[in-house]
Amino acid sequence: MVGITSCGAYIPLLRISRKSISSATGWLGPATGLPGEKAVANYDEDSLTMAVAAAIDCLNGFDREKIDDLCLATTTSPYRERQGAVIIATALDLRPDIRTADFSNSIKSGTTALLSAFDAIKAGSAKSVMVCASDSRQGKAGSSQEQSCGDGAAALLIGDGEAIATLEGHYSLSYDFVDYWRAEGDRFDRSWEDRWIRDIGYSKFIPEAISGLLNKYNLDIKDFAKVVYPCLYPREHAAIGKKLGAEPSQIQEQLFTTVGDTGTAYSLMMLVGALEESKTGDKILVVSYGNGCDALFLQVTEGIQKARDSRGISKHLTSKKDLDSYEKYASFRDLLAIDTGRRGEEVGATQLSTLWRERRMVLGLCGSKCKRCGTPQYPRQVVCANPGCGAVGEMEVYRFSDKKGHLFTYTGDNLAPSPNPPSIYGVVVFEGGGRYNFDLTDCELDSLEVGMPVEMSFRRKYRDAVRGIHGYFWKATPGRA
Amino acid sequence: MAEGIKDRVAIIGMGCTRFGERWDKSPDELMVEAFTEAIEDAGIEKEDIGAAWSGTCYEETNIGKSAIALSVALKLPFIAATRVENWCATGSEALRGACYAVAAGAYDICLALGVEKLKDTGYGGLPQNEVQWGTVRRLIDSNQTAPGLFAMLATRYFSRYDIAPDEGKRMLAMISAKSHRNGALNPKAHLRREVTVEQIINAPIIAWPLGLFDCCGVSDGAAAAIVTRAEMAKSFRSDPVYVKALQISASSGQEMLYDDDWTHVETTVHAARRAYQEAGIKNPREEISMAEVHDCFSITEAVTMEDLEFSPRGKVKEDIEAGFFELTGGLPVQPDGGLKSFGHPVGASGLRMAYEMYKQLQGKADTRQIKDPKYGLTHNLGGVPSVNVASIIIVGL
Repeated sequence: MVGITSCGAYIPLLRISRKSISSATGWLGPATGLPGEKAVANYDEDSLTMAVAAAIDCLNGFDREKIDDLCLATTTSPYRERQGAVIIATALDLRPDIRTADFSNSIKSGTTALLSAFDAIKAGSAKSVMVCASDSRQGKAGSSQEQSCGDGAAALLIGDGEAIATLEGHYSLSYDFVDYWRAEGDRFDRSWEDRWIRDIGYSKFIPEAISGLLNKYNLDIKDFAKVVYPCLYPREHAAIGKKLGAEPSQIQEQLFTTVGDTGTAYSLMMLVGALEESKTGDKILVVSYGNGCDALFLQVTEGIQKARDSRGISKHLTSKKDLDSYEKYASFRDLLAIDTGRRGEEVGATQLSTLWRERRMVLGLCGSKCKRCGTPQYPRQVVCANPGCGAVGEMEVYRFSDKKGHLFTYTGDNLAPSPNPPSIYGVVVFEGGGRYNFDLTDCELDSLEVGMPVEMSFRRKYRDAVRGIHGYFWKATPGRA
Repeated sequence: MAEGIKDRVAIIGMGCTRFGERWDKSPDELMVEAFTEAIEDAGIEKEDIGAAWSGTCYEETNIGKSAIALSVALKLPFIAATRVENWCATGSEALRGACYAVAAGAYDICLALGVEKLKDTGYGGLPQNEVQWGTVRRLIDSNQTAPGLFAMLATRYFSRYDIAPDEGKRMLAMISAKSHRNGALNPKAHLRREVTVEQIINAPIIAWPLGLFDCCGVSDGAAAAIVTRAEMAKSFRSDPVYVKALQISASSGQEMLYDDDWTHVETTVHAARRAYQEAGIKNPREEISMAEVHDCFSITEAVTMEDLEFSPRGKVKEDIEAGFFELTGGLPVQPDGGLKSFGHPVGASGLRMAYEMYKQLQGKADTRQIKDPKYGLTHNLGGVPSVNVASIIIVGL
């Protein structure tokens, strides 16, 4: 059965209320005041780190050795040339004999990547494909996009094993509809008039895609337990459903007032939310938007009962921290240049041949485990650190990223240059052995105590603007509830 | 069987510049100043020197690699010269090289000189950590500085011995207050102002729980020693100071990777045990008259007192509160003000510590003079609590 075998999501811990944004930038133009709040990537998060977090949520015990393909859909890859998917695959410590691809340049590419994964499974070219969609789009200060765009990611594992939902059909539309665009070298989106986007874009394409799918498979909108689609304009979101004859209860909540429009991840995050609430036999209709639409018809199977307990949407939604300062938000998103002092200018060069040699250790957080005495150690060693052993060259690779740990000691450092001082770090002792001094993130100094449990999270460690390098590594976090 | 170098090497001359923000002085000027004092003290000419050891740690912000800067600054006449670097134990490492060379009989007289120019970085504190530990570590190390790394000792120490944060801060403040008191008596010290325990506790936090006054001064300075074979020492002066022990211990990786408890520093324990054995000291708390230890941070001094067996494990607080380490106490520590108050030009610090012990043993420490000292101990800790190199030097008459 070709279908979704697992799903996961990631919503960053931080949120900013749209009111905070309005009060900071409202003076720039007519009130764009939108309701609710949006999710904000921390200063050390980007599309790649959020995708890794969603993928880890999706893996949730699945054997990563069995993944044959990994796709990333994003319009905000940190690199123009250096694939995002392969960075994610390395962070997840997947096998090297896999296929990786980035799907980009349209916010509907999340569903397009998903359809390609289904195709690969159907064609028998892969048995298990991880599809990640992640975006962190930014509007200029004072723009409506600054309020509407949120940060987040979804990950779906597609395979022919025991599915939680099967793909029963799909229908796509592709239009060169230029509502939002970003040209080579542009940092921010440009857009055409809102009313045109609303009335000719969302309000026409989504019904057209849904009707197309219903006709193709001879179905009625009432056959679906959940209808999932995005619309930037909250009032229009409801109106589209009504026009299609769907009851409000069928329409999946679009996370607009809690997370915001997460681009390529948006419809897939809503799908993960819908799956969390679904039961065996439910039909789900998922539609994406962006240069047209992809519409997917899914059927929930008995496997949903056994679906493993991921953090998904609901748990990530409730685990949040209000970022009460627009200035902090603006500096995290690099809209506001902050002073990190002379000390902050000293970024060491990244030796890429070193990074290549140590890729499993750095990006994959793999250390060594002594085959003789069983002691895990990080970073990787040649000679066993256990003084009672001392075996030479008898190490096997040992992954720490999926191990839990506790905080052995810590500090909050005001001297170290940090985008969010103090720089908090501490020694993590892993369950089963191994220890190292890691940065801590998504926490406050006052909330830490010796002995508290922590888990590892893939983050952007530094950005070397002079040499065009985004350096990634793992940090410790108190687990999200 | 190795016999160690007890009483085989004597220090016959020493020099030390004023430590501090020496904006107007070049490293060459600092080197010449320390060197001139040392050879005048020894009563020798530079032509008498057989070989020289130059100690500099942060060569990037200092005088560059190799010992050439030293030999050129002093115009040494084409003698052997070697640069050594071992983090904050660099100055002690330079002295070790010079001592071993005369102990081996290779030379009659050797020079050890440490210099550091730390105030030309453009910011406070030591040079930024991330480029100092090699190209792999920068990819994985936390965004750390020295105060933060040592602060983690305090966090764990407080937790292990159930010391409330305010109580712990007070214990640490008493350490710094003592060193400031001693430093205020010392004309060559960087920070010569007494500070109260309350001021120290209320100072801005640098890295929790360490505040500004828990951190040592970062300074410019140089210090030098002239050493000779013991049997020749009395021909230079009547009061040479003999090296009783000289030990270094470097981390094995066991601490960081396997079992460090972050309430002590394992290398100090090893170096101290070996030094006591070399010097024939059975009961350090009783037999050591005075010490200059590596108080880069107040917590470092606290745990070092336990690692050196001056205080029992977990009990240093009692000794601090009893004034045991005060100038007038049972075992004065940091009589010259320590790194805390005298300052810490890294490559010079080990030699600066030896300078104070040397002057104290000769009875030339003015208002800081300790009564009839027999053994003086110096200790450096280079690196961070779980990965470092520790040095111990014991000197006596």
